[in-house]
Amino acid sequence: MLNNLLFIITITLMNSVPLAFAALGGVICEKSGVVNIGIEGMMSIGAFTGAAVGYYTGSAWLGLICAGLAGGLLALFHAVASVTFQADQTVSGIAINLIGPGIAMFLSRIFFAGATTTIPISHKFPKIFDFLGNKLENKYSFFNSINLDVTVPLSFLAVLLTWFVMYKTKWGLRIRALGEHPAAVDSVGVSVYRTRYICVVLSGILAGIGGASVTIAIVSQFTPTAISGQGFIALAAVIFGKWKPFGAYFACLFFGFAQALVVLLGGEGKFISSDILMMLPYLLTILVLVLFVGKSSAPKASGKPYQRGSR
Amino acid sequence: MKNVANIFEKPVVSTMISIFLGFLVAFFILFVTGYNPYEAIVTFFNAIFSKPKFITNVIIKSSPLILTALSAAFAFKTGLFNIGAEGQYIMATIASTVVGLVFNFNPIIQIPLVILSGVLAGAVLGGIVGFLKAKFGIHEVITSIMFNWVSLYLCNYVANSAVFHKPESNGTYPINKSGISMLFYEWKFSEQGRKFLKNNQFLNEVLLKTDLSLNFLIASAVAVITWIIIYKTTIGFELRAVGLNHYAAMNAGIRVRRNIVFSMLVAGALSGLAGALTISGTSNNSVQVLSVFENNGFNGLAVALIAQSSPIGCIFAGLIFSSLIYAGQAMQFKIGIPSEIINIVIGVIVFFIAITRIFPIIVEKLCRRESRNAQ
Repeated sequence: MLNNLLFIITITLMNSVPLAFAALGGVICEKSGVVNIGIEGMMSIGAFTGAAVGYYTGSAWLGLICAGLAGGLLALFHAVASVTFQADQTVSGIAINLIGPGIAMFLSRIFFAGATTTIPISHKFPKIFDFLGNKLENKYSFFNSINLDVTVPLSFLAVLLTWFVMYKTKWGLRIRALGEHPAAVDSVGVSVYRTRYICVVLSGILAGIGGASVTIAIVSQFTPTAISGQGFIALAAVIFGKWKPFGAYFACLFFGFAQALVVLLGGEGKFISSDILMMLPYLLTILVLVLFVGKSSAPKASGKPYQRGSR
Repeated sequence: MKNVANIFEKPVVSTMISIFLGFLVAFFILFVTGYNPYEAIVTFFNAIFSKPKFITNVIIKSSPLILTALSAAFAFKTGLFNIGAEGQYIMATIASTVVGLVFNFNPIIQIPLVILSGVLAGAVLGGIVGFLKAKFGIHEVITSIMFNWVSLYLCNYVANSAVFHKPESNGTYPINKSGISMLFYEWKFSEQGRKFLKNNQFLNEVLLKTDLSLNFLIASAVAVITWIIIYKTTIGFELRAVGLNHYAAMNAGIRVRRNIVFSMLVAGALSGLAGALTISGTSNNSVQVLSVFENNGFNGLAVALIAQSSPIGCIFAGLIFSSLIYAGQAMQFKIGIPSEIINIVIGVIVFFIAITRIFPIIVEKLCRRESRNAQ
């Protein structure tokens, strides 16, 4: 029983990490008034860059940093389109979703001899109790089962930091105001364009890191299916969590929990077909939305391009 | 100069510019990564036009794309974002396959039955999304994405199920022959048919080597009907009014919620038709286990964007899209250019379409500056 419980907790935390990073990016972006449906594409490019840099340099940390940069670079295009050119942000986001995986696999074929799968890296991320050495691990199996990837506490820290910046600092107030009434923010001398640029690029960096946390922590290589839907699920988590950092994080935990449940139920006896079980997280999400979420509370100006001088 | 600005305001022109720029970026990428862009473009056009078989295949493959694009475009008009075309398509293939396997009537009844069951399945799924949006205010993008995955796993469940699974394959049995709508299906594989086709090389290639069916004509006809509904009927007027400003629509006495459900219902039916026609009119005539999405719906979304939500434009955008995908595979096969370059091209085209609104603005600014200088 205790083992099952521990098992569920660890799987839940592990699965929620990439979602949490990506969802945080979504929260920041939408709070500033830019819809970012391109998170999925930014995650793919991050997932590839992380795995490729991790393989060639042998450093998972360097991979993570480069993944963030790659995601941020792709997000820059989204920012140019949606902020400077006042494009339809959904359309631009879809373009990002097409370009991101396209470039990832194109580059993979060039750097990995025509394959869309990268070579597994030898140095994945360390686990949180690795510094204690093997001695402890062998003595207490308890430590073994809660020896999580270091990305798990990292994602929690990121949530905490985002919450702090969003709700306890001057910049956070500006960002939140931007999503509600950009003209008001402009009138007090804050550059709407620059702040939105920063937020969009930041969301790309977080999405890239989220993608890399799949390919250098959960698994150890990039595959065409490494990022398949996590970006959209993170988007769902943003709305589910009512555009709040902790709300989105709990939504991600919920989704990770549903997936853990699938693993647990699928493992024992197999009373139900695994294909049917796999539907569980998605159906649960819809059910929870119907039961608990009322009218959604999106930032008012989200998705609307801002033109100087408009009211 | 004013005339130039007017020209740039036309969606067709901005689409053309975007497509041109998309190719330009692709050439640049190929050049930088050490491929020969000239060789690429020759292979590209050869892959589409050098044989009747190739052109036929491009047209055949465009049909489901046109229909899912119409589905997305229809929802766009009501201000809804139908990212669920993928799931509606899959759900339709499941329904059509199951009905096509369970029943075995005369083709005159069977073919419409198979197709209608798919349309219905798509419509129900789209309708549920619309209902959840209208009744509970849940964003259609979320429910659609969730239902996409539910459809994918349901498809795998059916493909793996003891009743329908074809041994030593990755999917179900093909549907009963009475439900197959490929042209001259029985005749072209009969001895008499083969003998006749041997003498005519063109027909031989087009009929025997492709899944020739009426799907493209049906898709085109549906595009015209969709255009009529959206622009020439009261229903279409209401849908567009809701899409432009649902507060104004509500004030004018238009029932917003009912229109949302109706719009998603029709959008689902259109995606469903795409799936149903694929099962009835292209081989394997069955559903396969899916490890990832086949992107029939997601690509439709991109097609609708390239067409700038014009129903008639969807036909041409669908043809362009399917020729890109078809030629992309040939480029990888023949000269080793990663076929993903096509995804990049399409993405860049959509990106430029997103920002084309800037072209008329730039031209207009130039006009103003010119007239100021003249004074």
